[in-house]
Amino acid sequence: MSDLDVIDHLVGIAPGSAMAAIRAQRVQARDNAQNSYLALFKPDIATAFSMVERFAVAVFVVELHRQPDIAAFYATGLTRQADGGALLPAITADAGRGLTEGPYGRFPAGPLSVDDSEGPSFTAGSALGPRLAAALAHAHMLVFHPRDASPAALRALEAAGWSVDGIVTLSQLVAFLSFQIRVVVGLRALAAAPAPAVTLAMETH
Amino acid sequence: MAEPIEFTQAQLNWLPWLEPLPEAELTDRHWAGLVDPSRAKSPYFMLLARDPDILGARTRTDKDIFYNPTAGLPRAERELSAAATSRLNGCIYCASVHSRFATQYSKRGADVDRLLAEGVGVDLDPRWNAIVAASVALTEIPIGFGTDDIESLRAVGLDDLAISDAIHGAAFFNWANRLMLSLGEADLPG
Repeated sequence: MSDLDVIDHLVGIAPGSAMAAIRAQRVQARDNAQNSYLALFKPDIATAFSMVERFAVAVFVVELHRQPDIAAFYATGLTRQADGGALLPAITADAGRGLTEGPYGRFPAGPLSVDDSEGPSFTAGSALGPRLAAALAHAHMLVFHPRDASPAALRALEAAGWSVDGIVTLSQLVAFLSFQIRVVVGLRALAAAPAPAVTLAMETH
Repeated sequence: MAEPIEFTQAQLNWLPWLEPLPEAELTDRHWAGLVDPSRAKSPYFMLLARDPDILGARTRTDKDIFYNPTAGLPRAERELSAAATSRLNGCIYCASVHSRFATQYSKRGADVDRLLAEGVGVDLDPRWNAIVAASVALTEIPIGFGTDDIESLRAVGLDDLAISDAIHGAAFFNWANRLMLSLGEADLPG
């Protein structure tokens, strides 16, 4: 089975459409946004960061962005993993508890401190086990208040069983979704507001 | 080391909080992920090389969004979307790199300085204001970007490819900011 282009699928871009033509002018970006998805969600080499964990974190991250159509796509991916379907209600419940507005956080102490804004930290439900609970707490920080990141946050992941390699992939996964979601939302808006028909030719002499 | 406490266009270093791969451990797969061999000198890319497949795809996405010279949004304004996104998210390192590029390609260093000093509510000119506002609307959660942003970008002269470039520039820095902020920190040279 050939893989569908996930961004085209989520935006609703048909072959031959005006939006397909725009994406075709940045074909390396289009293809590598897709390759990024595949590297994270269909990796060639299995690692300790399991597929069920990857899709569980993805559902959580997308739900925090309040994008139900995109969340449904990743929820389908989660339910296709062994034991994934059983996790979905807990992930969705945690995402519901984690909803807030961003970006917030603290700047390094100094002149920027006047722009500091406080927001909640998130603790995942205990039903998920320590590894996934730590991943969701970290993902919540990355989504809403990345400038509050710290070495201590990485130590918390390590204490929950995450290797350095696993932390890198987890970070890429959350950060990639932050990109993919915004491309989908942005291109949907562009597709929904087509440029007015060009009438300049009639007005020029 | 000394942490910068303000946004700046000056050159900064970036120090990892996790151990980058040593060069001696790089396999062909790692070199492929780095894309440019010179990136083996960067602790940031050598840390990301721990997952070379996503690094390689990410790097190629990045290069086309910002470097593809064919039509669309001028490079200066792709960099503006990156700098505005970084300013809002609070990535002092990312903002330093991309504000320098915005200045280099636009020759509007004073305006870029005002974006860094005053933040994303700054009044620059109608075209730059629209690009900054679109980057903000796409970066905030809940994401407020919509038809109004498309129309205001069109009103200042962006065609659909240029609008798509602005969307991708801001979206990509929501990726980059989160890696640079969470895997290490900016450091003042010297």
